[in-house]
Amino acid sequence: MYSKRSSLTGLLYLAPALVFVAAFTIYPLAQMSWMSLNNWSLIAERKFVGLGNFVKIWNDPQFWASLEFTFKYTLLITPILMGLGLLIALLTATNSPLRRFTRAVVFAPVVIGLGASSLLWYWLFSYDFGLINRLLLDLHLIGKPIVWFGADANVAMWAVIVSIVWKVVGFGMILFVAAIQAIPSELTEASMVDGASYWQRVHKITLPLIARTILLVTLVSVIGSLLAFDQFYIMTAGQPRNLTATSVFLIYLNSFPYLKLGYGAAMSLVLAGIILICTIFQIVLTRRSHA
Amino acid sequence: MSALLDKETRWDALHYGRKATVPAGIRTRKGGTRYLTAAACVALSTIMLLPLLASVLASVKSTQEAAAVPPTYFPHGLSLDSYMRLWDFQAGVLTYLGNSAGAAVLTILFCLALTIPAGYALARFAIPFKEVLFITLLLGLIVPYQALLTPLFFMFVQLKLHNSLVGLAIIHTAIQLPFSVYLMRNAFEAVPRELEEAAVIDGCNSFQVLTRVCLPAIIPAVITVSLFAFITSWNEFLAALVVMNKDSAFTLPLILAAARQQTSIGGTDWGMLQAGVTISIIPCMAFYLLLQKYYVSGFLNGAIK
Repeated sequence: MYSKRSSLTGLLYLAPALVFVAAFTIYPLAQMSWMSLNNWSLIAERKFVGLGNFVKIWNDPQFWASLEFTFKYTLLITPILMGLGLLIALLTATNSPLRRFTRAVVFAPVVIGLGASSLLWYWLFSYDFGLINRLLLDLHLIGKPIVWFGADANVAMWAVIVSIVWKVVGFGMILFVAAIQAIPSELTEASMVDGASYWQRVHKITLPLIARTILLVTLVSVIGSLLAFDQFYIMTAGQPRNLTATSVFLIYLNSFPYLKLGYGAAMSLVLAGIILICTIFQIVLTRRSHA
Repeated sequence: MSALLDKETRWDALHYGRKATVPAGIRTRKGGTRYLTAAACVALSTIMLLPLLASVLASVKSTQEAAAVPPTYFPHGLSLDSYMRLWDFQAGVLTYLGNSAGAAVLTILFCLALTIPAGYALARFAIPFKEVLFITLLLGLIVPYQALLTPLFFMFVQLKLHNSLVGLAIIHTAIQLPFSVYLMRNAFEAVPRELEEAAVIDGCNSFQVLTRVCLPAIIPAVITVSLFAFITSWNEFLAALVVMNKDSAFTLPLILAAARQQTSIGGTDWGMLQAGVTISIIPCMAFYLLLQKYYVSGFLNGAIK
């Protein structure tokens, strides 16, 4: 059945997917590299500029501001997501009906769209019409309504962070729960016989045994945050003064409304390079754990 | 790719956990702590559900109440005004729902048509450089699609694939392909070889083996791949924003994002916006609740797309 002929048959079955990846991933990747070396627009004459676009990036304050903002956002949201995800996983790891229900509820926002959730929170954080200001006023936590999406980029960023934590905290939680449930119960039982308290067990048994999962989820989460776009496009529109424009946002602005495709391609390459470093980490980690 | 967990754990991880084992974690909590953790669960669930509830409630407020300052927590009366305005918004919400659904269905079809044969080939045939080809198919995991949109946009303009559902579905398929290939390969590898060998002895060729023997056995993977393709395509925002420039070609998330700046009585039409949010959430929630088992297994299996 698995003769020489079959390798040809096999290639035939594999061909459609390979052609698709060649056409819509590999070819665009090659073209992007070429585009990045040119002044490239839809209509005007193309001009080869060598590394000119990259020099321009290096000297573009908006590029650095966007990169800095993207890193800042990532650095702030990742520990929150991991910490909360872990706490909720510890809280709900057993299989009682209430805990299963809680898990299902916490995970639910993961399946809805980032666009939809951003529009939902855009309303909740609205100055006049939003329930968050109303609630904070009613609880006497604030004296007057807060302008969430106004002149202060930090306030806007924290509003976005709240919305994203709500949206994706279930992602890490589910993976942590799975890892916690994989811990052999003998280990826990033995430590309980030895008189270890709950938090001692978490510290000495649970955390070390799920460390790899934590690391991998962290990387996936970091990559996701570095590629953030929808939430900022919808909630802050990059404002104030492009201070909340992430890297992907800046690429979007240059490539599409401005149609500076060459410059956009060059920035895309830089971003892809940054993501690649994270991905290599991830693969090395996965490989090592398989060995 | 990132197989975060071993196989049994994946299946056991969630609500439908097969074993009733008590894992290392929270066991034998004493009285007070037990009530405290139960209360924490209830509080957490409430906090997570409130925003969704608020959106649904806002969508059924009357036009006047939806624009009230300060906003009301609960609607004073039931009204479908917001949905009526959404119905007629721009080209009509049916157009946008149709575009979203069309792109999603095409994405499902493309994903299945490409990855069922590919998974079969990878699991069952002695192909030279198989691992290299497999990794090539997973390339999308390494190169984020966000970074490829600039050349793809240019390519689609030349091929007249912009403003077309086929074009959008192609990008959504490219996003979903690595996950789907990975899942399909695993599914085909789990089909017992004896079944196929018996079919071959009975005179089936490889295509008949695929359609008659393997396909029925990999239905769960087909459901999981379709489900994820649907959710990705239905929710995807950036590629749609780039590829669809015509109002009438917008998907639901695009028209809603555009609507956040539209005005009714002196400002954003918040009631209509939340009606739109509610509508776009419903299919995702419905599929999640109906197909939870497939969703979670796919999620834990592929770990992360």
